[in-house]
Amino acid sequence: MHEGGTSYSVLIVDDEALARGVIREFLEERPEVSVTEECCDGFQAVRRVTESHPDIVFLDIEMPRLNGFEALELMEPKPVPVFVTAYDQHALRAFDVHAVDYLLKPFSKERFFAALARAEREVRLEDRHAPPLSALSREARPPAQFLSRLAIKDGANIAVLPVSKIDYFEAQDDYVRVVSAKKGHMKQMTLASLESQIDPSRFVRIHRSYIINVDRLIRLEGRGSFTAVLNDGTELPVSRSGSTRLRDLLDARKTR
Amino acid sequence: MHPILTKPRRLFVYMAAWVPLSGILAALLVLAGQLTPSEAVILSFPSNIFFAFFCLSSWYVCRVTPLRQSRLPRAIVTFVLAAAISASLWVLAFGTSAHVLGLFERFQTLPDRLSRAVPVVFLLGFLLYLLAVSFHYVFLALEETQTAEVHEIEARGLARDSELTALRSQLNPHFLFNALNSISALTTRDPARAREMCIRLADYFRKTLTLGQRLSIRLSEELELTRDYLELEKTRFGERLRVEERIDPALANCEVPPLFLQPLVENALKHGLEQRLEGGMVSVTVSRKNDTLFIAIENPASAEAPERPGAGVGLALVQSRIRAFYGTAAHMKKMLEDGFFRVEISLPLSPEKARNA
Repeated sequence: MHEGGTSYSVLIVDDEALARGVIREFLEERPEVSVTEECCDGFQAVRRVTESHPDIVFLDIEMPRLNGFEALELMEPKPVPVFVTAYDQHALRAFDVHAVDYLLKPFSKERFFAALARAEREVRLEDRHAPPLSALSREARPPAQFLSRLAIKDGANIAVLPVSKIDYFEAQDDYVRVVSAKKGHMKQMTLASLESQIDPSRFVRIHRSYIINVDRLIRLEGRGSFTAVLNDGTELPVSRSGSTRLRDLLDARKTR
Repeated sequence: MHPILTKPRRLFVYMAAWVPLSGILAALLVLAGQLTPSEAVILSFPSNIFFAFFCLSSWYVCRVTPLRQSRLPRAIVTFVLAAAISASLWVLAFGTSAHVLGLFERFQTLPDRLSRAVPVVFLLGFLLYLLAVSFHYVFLALEETQTAEVHEIEARGLARDSELTALRSQLNPHFLFNALNSISALTTRDPARAREMCIRLADYFRKTLTLGQRLSIRLSEELELTRDYLELEKTRFGERLRVEERIDPALANCEVPPLFLQPLVENALKHGLEQRLEGGMVSVTVSRKNDTLFIAIENPASAEAPERPGAGVGLALVQSRIRAFYGTAAHMKKMLEDGFFRVEISLPLSPEKARNA
């Protein structure tokens, strides 16, 4: 019999059937795990989490189209994650820095149970340690690589937006509103962290609350206080430092 | 680069060598032309300096006239003519100086006396020029050997570098750990298959190591290696990996550089298929036209990341490997068209011929 009478529900996310099979096989030996579900990609995983609210998720990092970090970012409510990877030096470093649990493939039953026990403890905690996902995501990406896409929730669906399709970002407290083709989507991150990940030759912070895609800029209006006009007519305020940054970028582009 | 003109030390030695030479010439002038020693020296000084530099100019003629069996008669004619012209110019230089001096009373008879020595001067000039030509050819040969040595060292270094990186990417950690994980999974549910996969993985790495050490291998061996790799990846990809081969069986024994095809297929999986939920088909085509081997690898590109940064590294490696092997006779190009990523390679079928072309 398991201790405390608590039972846990687990979700396994991995694009490889055999990899999921190992985890399921190990979980079968744990009586405290009452439910085990499987998903083969990030999109399915986000939907399943919304439907069944699992406590713990074993999340493969390298998956097509939506990787483990992006999927976890979109999961609501967030389960306790245990990341799984075959080999990813950058990710491992990020995990160590942020005290996030992970498993290296192939892993033994003992290592797996140790990770499971830690996750179960985390689930029971009143005040859960939420991993700083955007920091993790950023640090897990190889250096010198800019953010090339953003996973966003479009109603019940998940869309992966290439960065080129984004018109501008607007800060909204702890969230950022991502605007593309006149539609806005909320993402839980700060504008500052976004600024550090985005290609500075294509995106400029024109104001404390706005970062624009320079390709969308049609003209800069005003004298003293400026307004940026985008190709779809949107007008956004530009701060003094923002206008300097903008001019520098536009000059740099001209000389290229 | 001129071997003597560009090196001050050598130039100095060269000019110093002309001092005894001038002495010999002066002696000849005294004997044949009955000049006084002082006259001979005054006369020779400007002309000799002129001729010394003129001989150095033969370097440029040597560079554009390579000594090849087929071109030998032409080269000889060229140089005989050049020597004759140079010697004549030298004589002319002497003559001019003599006539200028002859304007002075003291040296009035100088031009006449000199004319008696003309044949001697001409002969000496002719021979000296030819001597300069032979020295220049020796320099050229030495330079060529040096460059060839440097090239060989470079090529070997490059080959070793790319072999190391290729080996490291063959040891592709992702691939290795995922394969091991699959084996681990199979041990309880299908032990026979686990063993099979374990052995296939060992065979694959062993082949990579042994093939990688050879200078060239048969196309059939490279294909076998690639197929082993694909079999191993099929465990991970399942239905998401489909392979199409269009290979002319007559080409099995063609000589190719080792590890040039497998990394490209691996690339197609890593940066194409892996990124797609539905996977896709990798097609490999090998055909021959006259003396050239054509290889093409095509895969569907992923929508979000058609050209990921990592993709360039693997391709660049194969490219440098091919270049070290074939020089400029081989070509590789990559293109992204209609959502498909394609790499095309053309290799000459007889590398020896290609390298010497």
